[in-house]
Formats: sequence, C-alpha cells, structure tokens
Amino acid sequence: MNQFLQQCINGLSLGSIYALIALGYTMVYGIIKLINFAHGDIYMLGAYIGYLFATKTELGLIETLLFAMVSCAVIGVVIEKIAYKPLRNAAKITVLITAIGISFFIESVVQKTMGTSALAYPQLIQNSIFQLGEITITSQQILIISTSLVLMVILQFVVYKTKIGKAMRAVSVDKAAASLMGINVNQVISFTFALGSALAAAAGVLVGIYYSSINPLMGLIPGIKAFIAAVFGGIGILPGAVIGGLGIGVIETLVAGYGSSLYKDAIVYLVLIIILLIKPTGLLGKNEKEKV
Amino acid sequence: MRTVKLLIGLLALMLVLASCQSQSEGKAENMENPQYKIGVHFELTGGVADYGNPEKNGALLAIKQANEKAGYEKYVPVVYDNKSDTTEAVTIATRLVSDKVIGVVGPATSGASAATYQVLNDAKILVVSPSATQNNITRTNPDDASSAVYEYVFRVCFEDSYQGKAMAHFAYKNLNLRKAALYSDNSNDYSKGIVKAFEEAFKELGGQVLANEYYTANDTDFASVLTKLKALDIDSIYVAGYYAEAGLIIKQAKEMGINVTFLGGDGFDSEVLVELATAENLNNVYYTTGYTTVNASDALKAFIEAYSKDYSNEPSLFAALAYDATNTLIQAIEQGGSQTADFQQNLLKGSYSGVTGSYTFDESHTPIKSVLVVELVNGVQENATPVTTK
Repeated sequence: MNQFLQQCINGLSLGSIYALIALGYTMVYGIIKLINFAHGDIYMLGAYIGYLFATKTELGLIETLLFAMVSCAVIGVVIEKIAYKPLRNAAKITVLITAIGISFFIESVVQKTMGTSALAYPQLIQNSIFQLGEITITSQQILIISTSLVLMVILQFVVYKTKIGKAMRAVSVDKAAASLMGINVNQVISFTFALGSALAAAAGVLVGIYYSSINPLMGLIPGIKAFIAAVFGGIGILPGAVIGGLGIGVIETLVAGYGSSLYKDAIVYLVLIIILLIKPTGLLGKNEKEKV
Repeated sequence: MRTVKLLIGLLALMLVLASCQSQSEGKAENMENPQYKIGVHFELTGGVADYGNPEKNGALLAIKQANEKAGYEKYVPVVYDNKSDTTEAVTIATRLVSDKVIGVVGPATSGASAATYQVLNDAKILVVSPSATQNNITRTNPDDASSAVYEYVFRVCFEDSYQGKAMAHFAYKNLNLRKAALYSDNSNDYSKGIVKAFEEAFKELGGQVLANEYYTANDTDFASVLTKLKALDIDSIYVAGYYAEAGLIIKQAKEMGINVTFLGGDGFDSEVLVELATAENLNNVYYTTGYTTVNASDALKAFIEAYSKDYSNEPSLFAALAYDATNTLIQAIEQGGSQTADFQQNLLKGSYSGVTGSYTFDESHTPIKSVLVVELVNGVQENATPVTTK
C-alpha cells in the first residue's frame, strides 16, 4: 500500500508536467485547430532560458520562472507571426508540416549554440526530503505540483473571468462571427500562443530543477506525451488537458512500478489508440461547441 | 577610364596566371610528398551528437599531429556530419568513395557504422571504427559469429559482450555481490549487448538477478522503477547505458535512500556524469572502461594536454578512442606500402600502443586489450583494476 501511494506521488509530479504542456497544445488547438508540434521545443527553450538566466544572474526561483515565461511568451508570439499567420487560410496539413519544421529548427539552433550534451541545472531550491511514514515526498515534488496547480487556476481565471478570455472563447467557437463582433482575431491568437508558451516554459524550468538535467532534445517525448494527454482529456478543453496529463503520468508510473518498465511508453501510446477508437473527442469531449 | 579598365584587366590576368603557377607547384610537391585523404565521418548534430563531436575532435587532433610530424599537410581530413541518421551515414559513405579517401574513421555508434561497412569495404577503403562496440559488427552478418569478416574494416574498442562479462566477474569475485538488479536502455544496442552479457556471466557464476528493468534514451524520470527496486533485497544495480541517464538514475536512487553498489559500462565515462549525479552521490560506483586517467602514462598525459589546449575541455573516452583509431590508421600508412591492400596487411600484423591501451587485432579485426574496472570515490576515478574473465 505504501509503495502504491509512493508511486501515485511519483505519477502526480510527472503528470503535472505533462498537464502544463498539454494546456498549451489544447489552447492553440481550440483557437486555430492546429496541433502545434513545436510546443515541446518551446518547453525545452524555456528550460534553457531559465538555465542561462539563473547561471548568469544568480537570482532565485521566482525571477527565473518569470523571466523564462515572459521570454517564451514572446518567442511563441514571434513564431506564430512568422510561421503560422501567413498560412492562416492554407490547408491544415501545410501548417502541421510547418510546425514540425519549426520544431527541428529550434532543436538544431539550441544544439548548435548550447552544445549537444546534457547540462546540469542550477539548484534553485534546497531539496529537502519529507518522510510521512514510509512515503517520501521531496520539496521539489511539492514545488512542481503546487506551481502547476497555481498556474492552472490562474489560467482558468483568465479564460473564464476576463475580457480577453471571453474573446478567446468566442474565437474558438466561430472566428468569422467573432471578428464581426469587433474582436481582433489576430490579437487573440497571439495572446493564446503567449499563454501556452509561458506555461510550457514554466514546465521546462520546473523539470530542469526537478531532474537537474536538460538537453536540446528533452522536448521530444514529453511533447508527444502531452499531446496524448490533451487528446486523452479531450483536445480543446482546458480541464481535459489537466486530467489527461495527470492520468498519463499516473498510468505511466504504475505500469513501470507494477507491470514491466519495458512497456511503459507502449501503454501510453496504446491509451491514445484506444481513446481515438472509442471516444475520439476525449474523456470530457461532448460536442464541438464547448471548445476553448 | 579606359586605362583603368585595362589596368584592372591586366591585374586580373596576372592573378589568374599566378594562381595557375601555384597550382602546378602544389602538384609538383605532391609527387615527392604524397597526400592522403582521411574521411572523418561522425554524428555532429542530432540525437547522438554528444558522442560524435568529441570523436571528431580526437580524430582531427591525431591528423593535426601527424601533419606537424610530416612537416606538410600529408593527411587531409574530409569531415562529414551524418546528423545521427543511419540512412544519411550510407549516403556519406558513398560520397567518401567518390572523394577517394584512403581510409575512414567513424561513425560513433554501432548502427550507423555497420550501415557504412558494405559500401566502403566494396570500394576497398580502410575503416577504423572508434566505438562500434556491437558484438561481431566487423562480420558481414553480426548475428552469425562464423560469417565472413569485412576485409577492410577494423575497430579499436572492445566488444559489448566482453565488458559486460568482465563486470560480472569483477562484481562476483572482487566485490562479493550476489543479488543484482539490471536497468538498461531498451532503445540502444550497446545497452542491450552489455546487459545480456552481464546477466549470463553473473548467473553462470552463481549470482542472482532479481529484476530486469528498462528505460528509454532521454528519459529523466526513474522514480517509478527505483521505488520498485527499493522494495527488493538487492545488493547492486547494473545500469547498462550512457552517462546522461545513468547520472540521473544514480542521483534519484541515492536521494531515495537506495544505498547499493552501482555498476556500469564505459558509457559512464564522462565529466557530465559527475555534474548530473553530483559528487557526493558517486561513491560505491564501479564501471568498466578501456580508458582511465588513473596512473596515466606519459603518452596519455601528452594527449590530454594537447586536447585540452585545442578544445578547452578534457577529453572523454570517445575522444580518446577516435584519437587512437585515427593514429592506428595513420601508423598503418606510415609503415609503408603503395596501396590500400598493403596498409590493410600492416593493420593486421601491426601492434599498436594508444592512449586507451596497447593492442593487436584478432581474426575478427577487433582489438585484444584488457578491460579496466574504475571505482568512483566522491565522483573521482580511483583504483583502476584490470580484469580477466578467465
């Protein structure tokens, strides 16, 4: 039982990372129906920007987190303006391929400038270990789970309680009608990219601190798993991404802990296939209109 | 105005003439001082660029030193990047054939190397692989230990099975370990090769293998498997893989309070292992390698100094292997002969002394050299013990 609880805690901290990345996927999909495959690389960029900031300035966790989030928000908007905006009316497959191109571009640039090796991340918080009976929780696990929760609550607030959030929801339902109502669609799309990229950057910094290692290809697998998480929960639906992310994290951990670690990734992909076969709209997916 | 044009025309003509002259001079020099092109073919970008780049540096250093010794540019490096892609590696092999290189060093990984062997061997181009450690890779069919050996393909590293077996013997006999857990990278042939050899040898000696777990390259979260291993009654974990994951596995395990002996292969050999795992977690860690700076020879010290000077970091095992591979190729050419077949004979018969040990080649063109087990104490290499599996 103790081991089971321990594995659940492991799964939740892994899952909250997936959830943070999945939120970005889901928001962008909700707005412009694009699977932004470069999103995993924004997460990687966030980790690297945080690394550079923390090693150069020696400031603390909050500053690093904020700096990485703001920088990535800007980068996300720039990528959208340069790569996706000119293709707004092109076929979906064209935009998808562009996204993959952007992903390779970012990876190569980082490999070239920062080197190909894994880098050891600066320890921004002291890692203390709490012993609850036989269960251990580290302060870093608490940090990851709590930061993710706070960011998700803020996001929920922005989308449902603010004017720009209302505009986002309007654009996701009908772009043309929204623009007829006086909503600046391009601005809303930029804002969505900025929000999603900032969340990915936060995930990148948190992962850097938690695992103390970053490398230029670190966005690849978490990117794919977060995508699966978004589909699992229902792509386009914010709470779906959170449930999907935590679900995938826990499933992966339990498979490795009680089944065979050889199959942990295979099971995650199997989940994607099953969801697509049985309920293509995802766990929380109802009809098209509820999307954000 | 016209005179200016005329002048420029004259100048241009003179330049062309001058360049023609210097070209013919270059050729004349070639008659007396032969030049050889050496293909330097590595993974410089992409997934395994981390091993390709130091190897390229090691190879270029060896070529630079040979040229300094010769007093002119005797060896011309032809550098290619296969982007860590096996298909690209084959394309580059074909290009190296049309470049008319005398020999090739690289690529770093077994998969990419094996893909180039057929093309280069057919073109009678010598290949010295620095780190293609897969079992029987120098044979036309690596799954069949009795298939023909590629005539022109050599390597300077020992086979996967060899070091896995050596570690099993060391763990059982020297460290008195009996209950091991295995943790390997299921996306990597090297990892699968050494873990299989370790498991077989360890069981044969009488040890128990209580768990067989897997991860995938670039994984960062090992908590689930380690939580499982913690509940088992084991005295050691054999981590078959590279330092990028091994460093994190050791760190996460020690933080979780798993205080068993960690064993590994030469994939541990990197400064990055210490950065990732942090020095205080690197105690009671042993790994097999062909290269250590403990009790360094003079040749090795000179290599480390020259390498650090050129590339502003310490050489890793991979850099050392590529340095040895390139020097082996150069030495075979220096030993005399006029064509590739002569150099191939030189390789077969010669004995070589490099920074990763002294060796001769066996019938499968694989070096016969000793395995060292290095102990880490607070992240620093100590006590290199030579191991035999007899």
